[in-house]
Amino acid sequence: MNPTDVSASSDAPAGAGTAIPQLDIDPFAIGFFDDPYPAHQEMREAAPVIYLHKWNVYGVARYAEVYAVLNDPQTFCSSRGVGLSDFAKETPWRPPSLILEADPPAHTRTRAVLSQVLSPAVMKQIRDRFMSAAEAKVDELLARGRFDAITDLAQAYPLSIFPDAMGLQAEGREHLIPYASLVFNAFGPPNELRKQAIERSAPHQAYVTAQCQRDALTPGGFGACVHAFADKGDITAVEAPLLVRSLLSAGLDTTIYGIGAAVYCLARFPDQWERLRQDPSLARNAFEEAVRLESPVQTFFRTTTREVELGGCRIGEGEKVLMFLGAANRDPRRWDAPDRYDITRKVSGHVGFGYGIHMCVGQLVARLEGEAILTALARKVATIAITGPVKRGYNNNTLRGLESLPVTFTRA
Amino acid sequence: MTTITFIHPDNRSESVDAEDDTSVMLAALTHGVDGIVAECGGNAVCATCHVYIHEAWAGKLDPVSDDEDTLLDGTASERLPNSRLSCQIKITPALDGLVVRLPERQS
Repeated sequence: MNPTDVSASSDAPAGAGTAIPQLDIDPFAIGFFDDPYPAHQEMREAAPVIYLHKWNVYGVARYAEVYAVLNDPQTFCSSRGVGLSDFAKETPWRPPSLILEADPPAHTRTRAVLSQVLSPAVMKQIRDRFMSAAEAKVDELLARGRFDAITDLAQAYPLSIFPDAMGLQAEGREHLIPYASLVFNAFGPPNELRKQAIERSAPHQAYVTAQCQRDALTPGGFGACVHAFADKGDITAVEAPLLVRSLLSAGLDTTIYGIGAAVYCLARFPDQWERLRQDPSLARNAFEEAVRLESPVQTFFRTTTREVELGGCRIGEGEKVLMFLGAANRDPRRWDAPDRYDITRKVSGHVGFGYGIHMCVGQLVARLEGEAILTALARKVATIAITGPVKRGYNNNTLRGLESLPVTFTRA
Repeated sequence: MTTITFIHPDNRSESVDAEDDTSVMLAALTHGVDGIVAECGGNAVCATCHVYIHEAWAGKLDPVSDDEDTLLDGTASERLPNSRLSCQIKITPALDGLVVRLPERQS
């Protein structure tokens, strides 16, 4: 629907229906991925709600409106998909997620299960293991001196710890990153990235489907813990593999991008790196601040379940609303010096992990991995120098990060 | 406005005027009280807004929900009988004068 028509319609309620500007921005194009910040600013400054005619969606780029949408899941639902595809009109490319693509009350039950599988108490149990694996990885990289911080660190560390924590079999793990990449590409519009990802998806989907079954998961891992909730009757035996799938979809690529973002920040902001070395207890907040600044997950959609007024603008029922998490995380209305990486910033409230009932259920695992790596770096490494061309990744509709970051470490 | 007092581990105390219908967690963040991290921003995920409720107030708060109970098992500082997550304590005029003690660590 044309938003100009909406605002001009004669039956608009008094005080509602402020004109919604139409912008000629494609947030899923290579040019946008290259440097999204001027477009983020344009969208933030244009109005509380904008309309992107390239994909016929509404957009919110200011913190207040992104926060409002995330906190009103009744009006801005997830069950019609959190990508551009509207599950009420199109068949989803895979069976919908029971947690991400669900609304209360169905969501409440599945969310409770994954919250317990990944609870703070569980993190205490795995903490030492994650910390020692990070130390071992940083020792190995120091011995090499020069390496790629994306493949050899940001990818290698989560791959060395997360699949084992899940309880995955040794065979087939090479499908994990392509599967996650597929999932996050599929939230985007039907562009080449999405089409190609889905065309090539069959072997990755087959692997994940098989790996989510109870007998394929090692006892004691997160996967087996999910299945144990089926025995208690909290979920059914049919639901359990799909909830394991959620952990495989969202648990690896996101942390890879998050750790990559943090290392990239520390390499670019030497004063902050020095501060972290002086006080390694800042590691966890340094990771959190990198998630705010770089927002590895850039966007998610919601679908309106009714006509709604948002930021003084009227949106009809059944409309897709695109939330620019990365733009909200740099909104000067909310953040002082938003483009600055400040590892002591009070960063609570950022939307890099989302917010509200769908806020990342694995955020504690992500933070533990980030804290573990940054703590090991702070204790063992003296300098991080970028010693080659930095290459941005252009292969994902939703995830933002680097493809290559050649660095040299010197020993502390 | 409802006055909430935070006592730091070094016994320093800070009182803030909290807005009703927010939370004790948000009152600390809004007024710059250190010691409440609130990584998850109040969405009952993280257990980094842990506080100990002063004895005088122990029976005057809403009871701990099952979700909060699970999270409290994962606090960085020891869980005590008076442990609560401050994001789950809603500010109401009835809480005027509430005193909470901050733990040594949140993560």
